[in-house]
Amino acid sequence: MTHEATSSPTMLATGRPSDPKMPPPRRFALLRLVVRNTGASMALAYLLVLLALALAAPWIAPHSPTVQDPAAVLAPMSAEHWLGTDDLGRDVFSRLIHGAPLTLAASFLAVGVATVIGLPLGLLAGFLGGWFDEAISRVIDTLLSFPAIVLAIGVTGALGVGLTNSMIAVGLVFAPTLARLVRGQTLIVRRELYVDAARCFGAGRTRLILRHILPNAVQPVIVQMTLLLAAALLAEASLSFLGLGVQPPQPSWGAMLARAYQYMEIAPEQMYAPGIAILLTALAFNTLGEALRVALDPTLRHR
Amino acid sequence: MSTRSTLRLVLRRLVQMAPVVVLATFVVFALVQLIPGDIAITLAGEGVSEQRIAEIRRLYGLDRPFLLQYAHWLGDAVQGNLSVSLLSGEAVVESISRRLPNTLLIVSLALLISMVVGIPLGIAASVRPGSRLDGFVSVLGSLGIALPGFWLAMLLVAVFAMKLNWFPATGAKSLTEAPLSALHYATLPAIALAASGIAEVARQSRSALLEVMSSQYVRTLHAKGLPQRLVFWKHGLKNVSVTLLTVFGLLVNRMLGATVVIEAVFAIPGMGSLIVNAATGKDYPVVQGVMLTMVVIVIGLNLLIDILYTLFDPRVDAR
Repeated sequence: MTHEATSSPTMLATGRPSDPKMPPPRRFALLRLVVRNTGASMALAYLLVLLALALAAPWIAPHSPTVQDPAAVLAPMSAEHWLGTDDLGRDVFSRLIHGAPLTLAASFLAVGVATVIGLPLGLLAGFLGGWFDEAISRVIDTLLSFPAIVLAIGVTGALGVGLTNSMIAVGLVFAPTLARLVRGQTLIVRRELYVDAARCFGAGRTRLILRHILPNAVQPVIVQMTLLLAAALLAEASLSFLGLGVQPPQPSWGAMLARAYQYMEIAPEQMYAPGIAILLTALAFNTLGEALRVALDPTLRHR
Repeated sequence: MSTRSTLRLVLRRLVQMAPVVVLATFVVFALVQLIPGDIAITLAGEGVSEQRIAEIRRLYGLDRPFLLQYAHWLGDAVQGNLSVSLLSGEAVVESISRRLPNTLLIVSLALLISMVVGIPLGIAASVRPGSRLDGFVSVLGSLGIALPGFWLAMLLVAVFAMKLNWFPATGAKSLTEAPLSALHYATLPAIALAASGIAEVARQSRSALLEVMSSQYVRTLHAKGLPQRLVFWKHGLKNVSVTLLTVFGLLVNRMLGATVVIEAVFAIPGMGSLIVNAATGKDYPVVQGVMLTMVVIVIGLNLLIDILYTLFDPRVDAR
């Protein structure tokens, strides 16, 4: 992490102009800036722990998430069942842990779909301009006019109910947001001098887009993707709550809330754990996204 | 601005909006094309005769070219005919007009709460940035955005309906038949819906106010000796109104979506339960009808906001 790293070949290749007033970027500089913010480092720590729990779920969960115990239905918290049991006598804590990989994978799938569709379309629209840009921009405007959940429900209804389909639907719904952002960034970056220079040296369109424009347009996209992870998490919870997402007996947090809702009068405490898990995780993604925004934007850094 | 130029502006906006409306109807219609396999068989359900499938194909015009189908569907929709539900056989327009008022009541109430609570919070936070109050509003804002609205709804039901018995836990009443009772039923759902709205309004009005108050012309106002109170209330807030108009349009869109889940918690017979049941039951005409209604509401309101903008703020180019 020395200053020599700044003039590495990769920096030159991406064509980032070196501004003498700016502190030279260092390796892990981004991570450092993020971690300097207390809230963000807590969010990062929480997400890492959650990820570890999610990956190790089958080994650390004290019970099976699907095995039913008719003798212990809606049991309160105990040493045996840390968070009690649900209406079928399944261990809530184990279901919560097993729900983590499912819920996280769903969020990542949705944001992945949104990126795969939105990023190239935004790049091309911004770079090519003309009728293509006009057409893409109108489509983006149109799709953003639909309330997101309503469009996602419509697409899920057509594709068929289920976690994967509903998350593909959410991804499709989020894609225009990313496409619009990438388009705007591309419009700015493509006018930069270094892009002109590359073109003069004979770089083709593909090379211009992939080597010169994309790396310099990507920062706000990373911020937006982090924020979208939170939105996707909430969308998964909503759709699973409505019965359009994950199907029983799989334990996503939204599906757990749907069951808790049915037994709300007898056992209102059933709704606490999954709800808190959703809230904390969404909060962590949002906090991390905001911290990244500040870290990546030099004009915000010293506020 | 003269009446004539206002009229010209409205017409220009309408013309600009037209492609988005047409595209939106196309999206709604084309959705059915996403259904894997033969749509006619899906629509007919399982275990029906070839004859019935052929009948369905004819009934929905599935034997015609796609664009012709679309033109036909659009023509019907413009005349207020959105086909009939596959499950209940009721005209889709009928079910929607029966349920839309319930949804609109909750959404309007939630919008009102968001503005009435959110704006003062934003103002209070912006007066002394970095103060304890500002920090509190900022935490509230982060929570409001990350909080699953339907979970908040469940918590509200558990406390205010089941434990304290202040509000009914489920259902809705017609505003025209029993206005007070309707408001009573709509209060909890509206609060659940408004949580994220309050957060958004507070956040946006805070940052808009901070920006205005640090601008050059506010400094000029100070320099010429205008008292701080007058600068803030007259010039600061006037500029924030434009931001709030934008936020309002955003919130309408978001709340029309969020209400779908909230309605499920309160078992309200609104647009939400209509589209959810239709999506699970593959009742595509109903799904399309609800989507179309919602997108038309959003686009229409945004058109209105766009026009208000130009009237409010002469800096916005009328082009």
